Amino acid sequence: MANTLIDDLKLDKFAEEVIKAYPKKVAKKRAKSIVVNDPDAIPVIQANVRTIPGIITQRGCTYAGCKGVVLGPTRDIVNITHGPIGCGFYSWLTRRNQTRADKPEMDNFIPYCFSTDMQDSNIVFGGEEKLKQAIREAHELFHPKGIAIFSTCPVGLIGDDVHRVARQMKEEFPEVNIFGFSCEGYRGVSQSAGHHIANNGLYKNLIGRNDNPKRKYKYAVNVLGEYNIGGDAFVIEDLFERIGVDLIATMSGNSTLEQFETAHTADFSLVMCHRSINYVAEMLETSFGIPWAKANFIGAEATAKTLRKVGQYFGDQELIERIEKVIDEEMVAVKAAVDSAREKTTGKTAMLFVGGSRAHHYQELFDELGMTTLTAGYEFGHRDDYEGRRVIPTIQIDADSRNIEEITVYPDATRYKPRKTEEELAKLKEEFDIEFNEYKGLMTDMKKGTLVIDDLSHFEMEKLIELYKPDVFCAGIKEKYVVQKMGIPLKQLHNYDNGGPYAGFAGAINFYKDIEMISCSTIFKQMKAPWENEELVEAEYVFN
Amino acid sequence: MLLRHTTAKEIDRKALTINPAKTCQPVGAMYAALGFHGCLPHSHGSQGCCSYHRSALSRHFREPIMAGTSSFSEGSSVFGGQANLVQAIDVMFTVYNPEIIAIHTTCLSETIGDDMTAIIAKAKEDGHIPEGKNVIYCNTPSYVGTHVTGYSNMVASFVKNFATPTPKKRNVVNLVAGWMEPSDNAEIKRLASVMEARTILFPDMSGVLDAPLNGHYKMYPDGGTSLTDMKLSGDSKFTIGLGPTTTADACIKMENKCKIKFEVLDIPIGFKATDRFLMTLSRHANLPIPEKLSDERGQLIDLIADSAKYLYGKRVALWGDPDTLVPLTEFLVSMDMKPVYIVTGTQSPYFNDRMAEILKDIPEAKFMSGERADMFRMHQWIKQQGVDLLIGNTYGKYIARDEDIPFVRFGFPITDRPGHNYFAKTGYQGAANLVKQIMDAILDKIDRTCPEEKVEFQF
Repeated sequence: MANTLIDDLKLDKFAEEVIKAYPKKVAKKRAKSIVVNDPDAIPVIQANVRTIPGIITQRGCTYAGCKGVVLGPTRDIVNITHGPIGCGFYSWLTRRNQTRADKPEMDNFIPYCFSTDMQDSNIVFGGEEKLKQAIREAHELFHPKGIAIFSTCPVGLIGDDVHRVARQMKEEFPEVNIFGFSCEGYRGVSQSAGHHIANNGLYKNLIGRNDNPKRKYKYAVNVLGEYNIGGDAFVIEDLFERIGVDLIATMSGNSTLEQFETAHTADFSLVMCHRSINYVAEMLETSFGIPWAKANFIGAEATAKTLRKVGQYFGDQELIERIEKVIDEEMVAVKAAVDSAREKTTGKTAMLFVGGSRAHHYQELFDELGMTTLTAGYEFGHRDDYEGRRVIPTIQIDADSRNIEEITVYPDATRYKPRKTEEELAKLKEEFDIEFNEYKGLMTDMKKGTLVIDDLSHFEMEKLIELYKPDVFCAGIKEKYVVQKMGIPLKQLHNYDNGGPYAGFAGAINFYKDIEMISCSTIFKQMKAPWENEELVEAEYVFN
Repeated sequence: MLLRHTTAKEIDRKALTINPAKTCQPVGAMYAALGFHGCLPHSHGSQGCCSYHRSALSRHFREPIMAGTSSFSEGSSVFGGQANLVQAIDVMFTVYNPEIIAIHTTCLSETIGDDMTAIIAKAKEDGHIPEGKNVIYCNTPSYVGTHVTGYSNMVASFVKNFATPTPKKRNVVNLVAGWMEPSDNAEIKRLASVMEARTILFPDMSGVLDAPLNGHYKMYPDGGTSLTDMKLSGDSKFTIGLGPTTTADACIKMENKCKIKFEVLDIPIGFKATDRFLMTLSRHANLPIPEKLSDERGQLIDLIADSAKYLYGKRVALWGDPDTLVPLTEFLVSMDMKPVYIVTGTQSPYFNDRMAEILKDIPEAKFMSGERADMFRMHQWIKQQGVDLLIGNTYGKYIARDEDIPFVRFGFPITDRPGHNYFAKTGYQGAANLVKQIMDAILDKIDRTCPEEKVEFQF
């Protein structure tokens, strides 16, 4: 039935329809980023290329990806933005990366914004001295374990060397881990460059500095690319506690500096958001021998599958039984919730344009609700996030990607220890279909004939809604009120509209309820005043 | 505690700003440009600037905020942003068809020194600016001034580019709106219309950032100052600026270009500032202030008199922008309240001088403007000696919760409560709205925390 729906809409005509409105060169470029999907013969999509100036994009910048996304959620590092005031201000409490520092004496700097607040004299004469002084003041006021410096656009241009400043200040305060990021906004084509820069920094400055993690259970994992939006990481932490597996590091939702420092002691890395953290996953593998596998805690079935993967990986019958018990317990409430929601949601349609993994993950939840995803795409994904990692060797490295430092890591002299032999990994793949160091991308999971669009423009978004009238559109704050003015509810998948958590079983239930609420909300039916409706209603009767 | 690291002990900070009471120029320029009908703001810099500003304004207004970006790459940062901007202009006119593209710069394009006049000329020469369409710009380096400077610069740029003097002066008064809400723009227009004064208000966010939900998205909503009015403003007989830091430049430009005299007033927050606004408008429009407005004033005074017991002597901490803080502080003092701590990240002689005057009878009052006049410092002052009320943007909720202080949201951004774009804070009715919010906050805390036997049925 779903496929008929997709076929009837003639989504394949969309590209033709929209690109004719663009100037010729622009049309040619955009055409390559709008493709009709076929999971059996995955098409090539253009991604991670420069946005066309003036097109009105969803994308942000490198600083946002580095400071805002990857490092922002860690509570005990003082994050100093080196630049004019804006960048620090806009990344101050605007993402919902929740954190829980249980005891009053524990550090939590997340409600604070720290900036060197550069003035014109700092631009003319350089800002390094001001940055040093800012670090001294942060140290005197807060005595943090770590201080991170984030570069904004002018910093790179005027030649301030934040890494040199970090080294110098570390000499002044040897007990504090001080490090910098060259994450100027103009580097790269989107937030994605910032993720990469952040990953490199995590590896160089934090990971592997502490060999003594707090341990409670026999097995230990990392969850990478999970940022605790709306409390997702809390749900995941709870699941691991209940199955009796130590969660060494979550990168970086509800995290602390110590979690990064001990991440290399885990035995398995589960990767949620492949785009933002795959570099660290790879480095942990290469340096310390920790295999990683793609995981997904978005969707009840996906959560069960991910947990089972953990059981299969460690191959411990007791663990497997604990996992099954948790799944059984949780599925009772999940089933009741989804059955109730499905009465309202089955047969409806969704569109998802968000992030670098969410547009993929959330399709699971819509599937569970009996809804069809008509079209989806990322803001800052790469081809591998669409087509799968198999295409990585074929991706042409352009000037924008070449700007980003590519660090080569080697097996650690003393601590490299492959957690599984090649044979064991091969057996796990054969027996349980666990793919290691692999992500198959969004396209394998989307139906034939659906539309995949990278870096959707405002114009394309308007056209999608006008032509195909989805029941729910998923994107972010910049799109929210545009789409709703058209009378279509928009579900924010960056900040969940203050909802969530949406991860795990408990999160799935929250999501079902929220989508049910959206489906049943009557306010959008009141957009016309009664006197404006009369003619329309009569006309409808005639045609019916 | 949310702000668990904030203690009473101040140090002599010279470099670190913590929890700023300001943001950067470009967002103000973007906001100002949205108050002109058919205008598409454009951010000449990295994508992140535009994304952050659109997000910040969307969160605050819960309305669509449209703007383009030049999407600088490392290449454009080295070789200049001309190619990017010329293409952006072409794409925006082709796809989005605005009447005006209003460009503001960023710290990035300012640092590399892009020549905006030359780039726009190049776009024109290449045929990317259709006949009858307009591209204007203003410089908004983020490392100079603050968001209110950007607002001021963009408003001044509209005067410079569009106000056109002809030999025939009209019996119209220009009203230049400082940084305020659409609801305030609407209220100021209402006050003028009650007086039957002919005015041109610019920029005008009403009808733009309070647009109806009716199933039709309009990229350029019906509101905003029209281009026609903006051109005609050059023939008006007088200009009143509302808010010195955000409108004085526009008023001066108008005088220089169109020989129109002006007066810059405080934003009409509270009865005294509203009195001055109405009297000035009455004088220059040569019309009496109608009884209806006297009655509105009387209603406000009545409301304050009824509430006086709860307002008298209450210590208040405020943060925000000079143009709103000055009349707001004056209003609080006129209600016998004690504004004791006031900070703004915007360096401002207007703020410093006027606060000294307004607070001269409150010796314990501390106020500060500029770098490091931030919310962290204000919170430290509160730790030293507490206050009874907080008035400022949403970032105050963290202090309010930690210290259990009643909190009235005012300013930018307000991201956690709806309605500020619908309910004015200016004029007598806006002041009444403010008094109600203050009373609700103070009385809610008393009702919540007083001993059971002290719970009162009436106030």
